[in-house]
Amino acid sequence: MGAHHGPAKGLTRWLFTTNHKDIGTMYLWFSFAMFLLGGSFAMIIRAELFQPGLQIVQPEFFNQMTTMHGLVMVFGAIMPAFVGLANWMIPLMIGAPDMALPRMNNWSFWILPPTFLLLASTLLMDGGGPNFGWTFYAPLSTTYAPPSVTFFIFAVHAMGISSIMGSINIIATIVNMRAPGMTYMKMPMFVWTWLITAFLLVAVMPVLAGAVTMMLMDIHFGTSFFSAAGGGDPVLFQHVFWFFGHPEVYIIILPAFGVVSEVIPTFSRKPLFGYDSMVYATSSIAFLSFIVWAHHMYTVGMPIAGELFFMYATMLIAVPTAAKVFNWVTTMFKGSITLETPMLFAIAKVFLFTVGGFSGLMLAIAPADFQYHDSYFVVAHFHYTMVAGAIFALSSAVYYWIPKWTGKMYNETMGKTHFWISFIGFNLTFFPQHFVGLAGMPRRIPDYNLMFADFNMMSSIGAFIYGASQLLFLFNIVRTITHGKPVTDAKVWEGGTTLEWTVPSPAPYHTFTTPPEVK
Amino acid sequence: MYLQARRLLKLALSPVLMLLSLFSTGAWAEEGARWQTNMTPGITEVGHQIYDLHMWVFYVCVVTGILVFGVMFYSVFAYRKDRHPEPATFHENTKVEIVWTIVPFLILLVMVVPATKTLIEIYDTDDSELDILITGYQWKWKYEYINPNGDNVSFFSNLTTDAAEIANTEEKGSNYLLEVDEAVVIPVNKKVRFLVTANDVLHAWWVPALAVKRDAIPGFINEAWTKATETGVYRGQCAELCGRNHGFMPIVVNVVEEPEYNAWLAEKQAAAAEIKELMAKDFSLDELVARGKNVYTSGCAACHGANGEGGVGKAIAGSPIATGPMKDHMEVVVHGVPGTAMPAFGSQLNEVDLAAVITYQRNSFGNNMGDMLQPVDIYKFKKGQ
Ligand code: HEC
Ligand code: HEM
Ligand SMILES: [Cu+2]
Ligand SMILES: [Cu+2]
Repeated sequence: MGAHHGPAKGLTRWLFTTNHKDIGTMYLWFSFAMFLLGGSFAMIIRAELFQPGLQIVQPEFFNQMTTMHGLVMVFGAIMPAFVGLANWMIPLMIGAPDMALPRMNNWSFWILPPTFLLLASTLLMDGGGPNFGWTFYAPLSTTYAPPSVTFFIFAVHAMGISSIMGSINIIATIVNMRAPGMTYMKMPMFVWTWLITAFLLVAVMPVLAGAVTMMLMDIHFGTSFFSAAGGGDPVLFQHVFWFFGHPEVYIIILPAFGVVSEVIPTFSRKPLFGYDSMVYATSSIAFLSFIVWAHHMYTVGMPIAGELFFMYATMLIAVPTAAKVFNWVTTMFKGSITLETPMLFAIAKVFLFTVGGFSGLMLAIAPADFQYHDSYFVVAHFHYTMVAGAIFALSSAVYYWIPKWTGKMYNETMGKTHFWISFIGFNLTFFPQHFVGLAGMPRRIPDYNLMFADFNMMSSIGAFIYGASQLLFLFNIVRTITHGKPVTDAKVWEGGTTLEWTVPSPAPYHTFTTPPEVK
Repeated sequence: MYLQARRLLKLALSPVLMLLSLFSTGAWAEEGARWQTNMTPGITEVGHQIYDLHMWVFYVCVVTGILVFGVMFYSVFAYRKDRHPEPATFHENTKVEIVWTIVPFLILLVMVVPATKTLIEIYDTDDSELDILITGYQWKWKYEYINPNGDNVSFFSNLTTDAAEIANTEEKGSNYLLEVDEAVVIPVNKKVRFLVTANDVLHAWWVPALAVKRDAIPGFINEAWTKATETGVYRGQCAELCGRNHGFMPIVVNVVEEPEYNAWLAEKQAAAAEIKELMAKDFSLDELVARGKNVYTSGCAACHGANGEGGVGKAIAGSPIATGPMKDHMEVVVHGVPGTAMPAFGSQLNEVDLAAVITYQRNSFGNNMGDMLQPVDIYKFKKGQ
């Protein structure tokens, strides 16, 4: 292989690369770093909540921790991780040599590190970092915000640009670069879910940009979009935010659906059940996700007609979601199942995500939400959907594809240990939060009444366990790269059927330079 | 095979059964509240309806969960490769797929009916027998009883938990963080309407036992109502992130029999009338300092320190404001310092207390100005005279 075909040497390889595998790798490492950063914020939160009383941090800092934890996890860990997977896997799965817009690809990644450096640096600024929650409701985030809010706004814009460029690239790749014979209805489900996610991103990231721009105007240019004193409306902020925010939660979960739709058939050695209905279900979830946003706002005092509409629409979204769960379970039914680490994570994802879907259905019932809203019950709900739903799927994906990426096999025992510790830690952390929420504990408080003490202590212990298990994950990955047993087969997993299992392991720097023929 | 499946099913169900027992008794140990795991039905008709809805949906989820997870875990055990080496190859079944789309839809339809009914009831704020305007401030609640024939009664409700308890240097009481200096009092069996708004940022007024949660939004007034069916003291908290002390602005509702409520209201009205009278009175320096000390302790010490040494707020001892021109001092206290934590007390304290606390600050902690303010001075200052 001549120098022209291999990667460049040294730092410039990473700085200037347009190779989808390099960029995918950088996205994945970056998001893992953010996962650890956001995770350490969470450890601070849980350490403070270990016992009633203020022990470790003051309320000001506590609020900065909850805010930064949410922002870093959503925008820094989960979203870039899935973009990393998309970069690595979409070209391999559709038989394309690279992404459609490789230079833009480089740029959409390299925006992220400085952006998050800027965001993290706000913690050191005068007045502290953002302290208004990851949902940054006005006027707490405008009139009453610390000066660093301007940097926060800039960071959100930059993340948005990165996401939009990333999604345009994904759409262009999927639409134009499928191998001959790879019709839409033959695409792997992971590619389908990403195609739909990319459209969601292109549609809603500009809305988020609009929201933060209006904030910027309110703060620096004397407008009053969100200030009642000047004729504006604080509730408008919430409508705009959630018009972005609800599709955003599906942006997070749809690629995770895609991952388990690959992993479960592989380890069940049986094709995905109901492929067509999966495509339709995903599309209808995406459509419905645009008309349910105000279920986050049942208590703001909407007219009853609006309240009813959003309740009905939200309940409706449970139908296609349920169909997907039924499809995964039926895929396993009468399969020939083995439980390697990726499969364990995928099964746990389906199981725990469904628990989160159940609490979502409960939250959808507007009258009951008058009790649940802004309590720890909501915190439990969205961690079941986002940690178990998205992060478990990401763990599954890493174990599933790492032999293809590195040409080395991870240590199965360590993988399974990571799984079981995560599973126990996760449930210990978040299941009791349902209880304290129902018993009346509001979210985003640094201190609480003694009646919530026992469950909170449990929750903190669970969180430390879950946090520690991620270090084992990191260790396992690094060890795989340095000491892993080489894999020689192209088809690493017996049940693998998609195109990535036809190229050698590790996948060469350039793959599918001549497109494969798909029958 | 059959026996094994049964064993597995039992195993899979055991956590669910455990959960069910948790939810149905609502409590575990005799410690009761400490292990409360479920929503309270509360003391209102609407609260009970909400609770029933909540349990209904919960049971639907449990049954669905048993079915779905049952098949899933059964498959994991029964269709392991060593037991079932030849996988089936089916990958669609239109009939089944249609059924499992329609059935959840029908279940949802059944849920929609009671949910809609309850929601309509929650929204029916007409025909209230008492209106209370609730205003969220950073970080306390103000209650104003709207009296169509006579003066309104209004007061602030502040957290009273000792800072030492929060700092873990003193033992925490059972109402830790859920206790206030003045509870909102409502009569039992009367429809009470709450008009909820805010003065600065968003807050949310939440009392689980009343099943009321409403966002308090500056510039807008939201409506909610309750009809308590049992007397007692019920506690809640602000539910919307509102800044530093969001976790420290509790709500205490005291539901009492009507005669007791009337007596309480009459007393409040008398106190208000007294303040009105005091407005016209000329106080001596000692009287003002004595009264001002109380106001300072409850309203200012949290930020300025018990001895005026400062904290979140600047030191009052030797402060250029507290030892400077009177007008500047009034300006700071009445209008606050915009952009800082110093609130505008003009609308939070009455004229008598304002005059007293300012006088107190100028004549204590080593400040020795010897001057004083009368309530009427504050009145004039507010009017811009
Ligand atoms: C929530 C915290 C808080 C509370 C409660 C509070 N203050 Fe302040 N106060 C401040 C802050 C912060 C400043 C400094 C403002 C600035 O930067 O100029 C301040 C400044 C002042 C000053 C000017 C001091 C100087 O030297 O500039 C006076 C006088 C004052 N407060 C009086 C009061 C009085 C009287 C009360 C009670 C009725 C009170 N404050 C309650 C936070 C508070
Ligand atoms: C069955 C599907 C789902 C339904 C019916 C549902 C419903 C809801 C409702 C009604 C709320 C608002 C609760 C409240 O604040 O009172 C909520 C909150 C939330 N949900 Fe879901 N949800 C579902 C799936 C998901 C998924 C898949 C995710 C993410 C991957 C998610 C993430 C969130 C988040 C982050 C919040 C809280 C936002 C905040 O206030 O900070 N949900 N959900
Ligand atoms: Cu939502
Ligand atoms: Cu609050």
